[in-house]
Amino acid sequence: MADLFDGYPLGEQWDEMFGAPAQPRPPYAGLFGSLQPMSGEELAARADVLSQTYRDAGVTFAHAGEEQPFPLDIVPRVIGADEWAHIERGVAQRVHALEAFLADVYGAGQVFADRVVPRSVITTSAHFHRAAHGLVPPNGVRVHVSGIDLVRDEAGDFRVLEDNLRSPSGVSYVITNRAAMSQVLPELFGDHRIQPVADYPSKLLAALKASAPSAVADPTVVVLTPGVYNSAYFEHALLARQMGVELVEGRDLVCSGGQVSMRTTDGQQRVDVIYRRIDDEFLDPVHFRSDSVIGCAGVLNAARAGRVTIANAVGNGVADDKLIYTWVPDLIRYYLDEEPVLANADTYRLDDVDATEWVLANLDSLVLKPVDGSGGKGIVIGPRADERTLDELAVKVRQSPRDWIAQKPIGLSTSPTLIDGRIAPRHVDLRPFAVNDGTDVWVLPGGLTRVALPEGELVVNSSQGGGSKDTWVISGPRPDNAPAPDRTQIEFTTADLPAEPPAQDPGPANDNAVAQGQQQQQQQAEIPGTAVSGMRDGGTARC
Amino acid sequence: MLSRIAESLFWIGRYVERADDTARILDVHTQRLVEDPWIDEQRACHNLLALMGVPCALEEADTERVLATLAFDRVAPSSIVGALSAARENARGAREVLSAEIWESLNVTHNALPQQRTMARRYGPHSLYRFVRERSAMVFGLADATMSRDESWLFLILGRSLERVDMTSRMLSTRVLAGDAAPSWTLVLRSTGAYEPYLRTYRGAVNSSRAAEFLLLDRLFPRSVFAALEQAEGCLAELERSNVRDGHRIGVSGEAHRIVGRARTMLEFMGTDEILAKLPTRLDELQRTCSAASEAVTSRFFTEQAPQVWVPEGVG
Repeated sequence: MADLFDGYPLGEQWDEMFGAPAQPRPPYAGLFGSLQPMSGEELAARADVLSQTYRDAGVTFAHAGEEQPFPLDIVPRVIGADEWAHIERGVAQRVHALEAFLADVYGAGQVFADRVVPRSVITTSAHFHRAAHGLVPPNGVRVHVSGIDLVRDEAGDFRVLEDNLRSPSGVSYVITNRAAMSQVLPELFGDHRIQPVADYPSKLLAALKASAPSAVADPTVVVLTPGVYNSAYFEHALLARQMGVELVEGRDLVCSGGQVSMRTTDGQQRVDVIYRRIDDEFLDPVHFRSDSVIGCAGVLNAARAGRVTIANAVGNGVADDKLIYTWVPDLIRYYLDEEPVLANADTYRLDDVDATEWVLANLDSLVLKPVDGSGGKGIVIGPRADERTLDELAVKVRQSPRDWIAQKPIGLSTSPTLIDGRIAPRHVDLRPFAVNDGTDVWVLPGGLTRVALPEGELVVNSSQGGGSKDTWVISGPRPDNAPAPDRTQIEFTTADLPAEPPAQDPGPANDNAVAQGQQQQQQQAEIPGTAVSGMRDGGTARC
Repeated sequence: MLSRIAESLFWIGRYVERADDTARILDVHTQRLVEDPWIDEQRACHNLLALMGVPCALEEADTERVLATLAFDRVAPSSIVGALSAARENARGAREVLSAEIWESLNVTHNALPQQRTMARRYGPHSLYRFVRERSAMVFGLADATMSRDESWLFLILGRSLERVDMTSRMLSTRVLAGDAAPSWTLVLRSTGAYEPYLRTYRGAVNSSRAAEFLLLDRLFPRSVFAALEQAEGCLAELERSNVRDGHRIGVSGEAHRIVGRARTMLEFMGTDEILAKLPTRLDELQRTCSAASEAVTSRFFTEQAPQVWVPEGVG
C-alpha cells in the first residue's frame, strides 16, 4: 500500500511535521501513527465530509462581497507543550508591553520624553486619534483581545510578524475547526491529550464584564457588528451566540444623555460594554467619519464620561502600526525591563536617507510592506516581483518612506497539507489570540494556523486564497491544583446516590410469537405466493 | 380509539424521543472524549452505561462498548437503532391512524439505518447522531403539521413528554455522579440542547446550581423536566376530560395524572435550594416517576387481555 507520506518533499524551510524524511518530530508522533495507514483516497473522502460539515454549519468568510466557505485542511498542526509555553509567555509579554505603551501614548507620553520612540512616529500615524487622549478605561485595559501573528523561520524559531490590537478576527474558526475535526476524525484524537479551545467565549465574556464601568453590578455586554455583509460577520454572530449576548448593529444603539442604550421590545435597555468589531473611523460619526451609517453617534463621549466601555479601545491602531512594530522589542525592555521572548522578523525602518537608499538599492531581495496595510494588501516580495512592480514600488517608497518598512524574506515553515488527494508541503503561519481581563493575559491554546494553499505561496491570508488548520497544543500533565470549571459546586457523596439507576422502560411486550405466526399463515392463505415475500420485506424490523 | 393503537402511538412518541436524546448524549460524549485532555475514558464510559440503565463491568467499559450498546444494538430498546426499529414496528401496526407522511418518515429512517451504520463505521459516529436528530425532528414536525389534535396526538405527545422527563433527569444524573469522570455542566447543557438557550437566559458563565435549575425547573425551555412534566400533565388532563363531565369532583381521576401532577407540583413548589440539596434522590425519584406513570397509563388506557388459548376439554 502506498504510504500517505511517501515522496513528501522537504525543502530548505523548517517543516512542522518532519525533521528528516519519514521521521516525525516528537509532538507529531501520534498523529503520524494514525494518519500513515490511511490511503490518500480515504483521507480525501474524509476531507469531503469535513467540508460538507462546514458548508452545512454556514462557516463562511465573505470575500469581495461573496460568501465563501473557509477551507479547513484535514491534517492538523501540532505544537508541543514546551514550545507552547514559550509562545504563551512571549505573547503575554508583548501584550503587557503594548498595553503600557498605549496608556503612555494616550496619557503622559513618558516614552517620548525618554526618547525611546520619536513622538513624530505617533503623530503621523493614521490610527492616532486625539479624540482618545486622556480616555482611561475603567480597569485600565485597552487591548481586551489581540492576535499576534507568528511565523517560524528556517531555524525553527518563532518570530513575530505583526501585532493586531484593533479587532483581530479568526478566533471563530479556531472554535469551529476543532468542533468539525472532532466530529469527522475522532480517532485522530485518540492518542492525544489536547488542550480545549471551547472556553474562549466564556473567557472573553468574563474579560468584557471585568472592564465594565465600575458602578455597574451586572453589566450588559453587546457585540457591535457592521452587519451581515462584513467579511467576519460569521465570527461576530458566533461569539455573540456563545457568550449569550445581543449582537447589535449601529442602528440598534442609541446614545442620549451620555448613556448608550439598545432599542428592545421592552423599550431602551442600558448597555455597559460594547465589544465592537467596527473600525475606529466608522464607530462614531461625531468624532470620526461623519458619513458613517454603521456606527453610533455619541458613543465616544459616553465612554469618556465613564458610562460605557468600548472594547477594544479607540486608537489602538497606533500600537499595531507596522512602523511601531519595529520598536516593540525596545518597548518591552523599556516598560517591563525584560528581554523579548519572541523576536521580531529582521526589519528595516526607512527613517533616514541612508536607510531608504540602501533599501531602494536592495528592493529585489527584500519584502516591502505598507505600514497601515492589513490582510496582505500591498505587500511586495522582492525576489518574486517582476521589473515593473519593483520600479513602481521604488517610486512609491521614495515618495513617502514613512509608509513602508522592509523585511528580510523569511522562509515560512511548511506543514503537510492535503492537496488533490496527495499530501504536500504548504506554508503556514500562526495567530494566537490573547484575552486581557485586567489581572491576567490569557492566551487561547493553539490559535489559528493559516495555510497558503497555492504552491509556494508565502502570503498566508484568508483574503488571499488561504485556508486554515486545526491547531493542537499537546497538554502537559494535569496540574495538581486544577481549578474546578464550575464556580459553585454541588457536591454529593456516594452515599447520596441511588444504588442502581433504574433501567429504561422496555416497551410493550406486543410481539406475540404465536400471533405473529398465525397472522402470517392467514395472509399466506389469502394471497398465495406473494404474501410471504411481502411479509418478509417489512417483517424484519424486530430483529 | 383502539387501546392497541393508542399504545402504539404512546410508544412511538417514547421511542423516537429516546433515540433523539440518546443521539444527543452520545454525540456530546464522543466530543468530550476528544476535547477533554484529562478524561478517564474507561470511567466515563462506565458511568454513561450505568446511567442509561445498561451497566457493565468497569474493566469492560470503553467507547466500542458504549457504541455497541447504546447506538447499534438492534434489539435492545435502549439503543438508537433498537428504539427506531421499535418505533417503526409500532407504526406499522398503527398505519391507519398515522398520517402517511409520518409512517413514511419512520420507514425511511428505518430503511436507512444499515447504510448509516456503515457510514458511521467509516466516517465516525457523528453522521449517525445527526441523522437521528434530523429524522426525529421530522417525525415530530410532521405529526405537528398533519395530525388532528385528537386522542392519537395526545398519546404521541404524552409518550414523548414522559420520555423527555426520564432522559433529562438521567442526563442531570451524569453530572451528579460526580468524581473526575463527570462531564462539565457545559456539556450536560449541550447534550440536552440547552446550552445556547441557557446562555441567552443567564447571559453568562455556566454555574452549577443555575444549570441544574435550568434543566429541572425552567418553564420556557421545552426539554426541562418541569416543562415536559407540565406537557404530560396537560395531555393526561385532556385524555381524562370526559370524567369531569361524569361527575368526578374530587382530585383527578387517573392514577397517571396523579403521579405526574405530584412530581410537577413537587418541582414547582419546593424551594430550589431544597431540591438541589437532595438532587440525586430527586433525580432518582423522577426516573421512577416516569416508569410509574408509564405503567399507570398502560393499565388505564391500554388494558389488554393476555391471549387466551382455548383448550378443548378432554373427554371424561
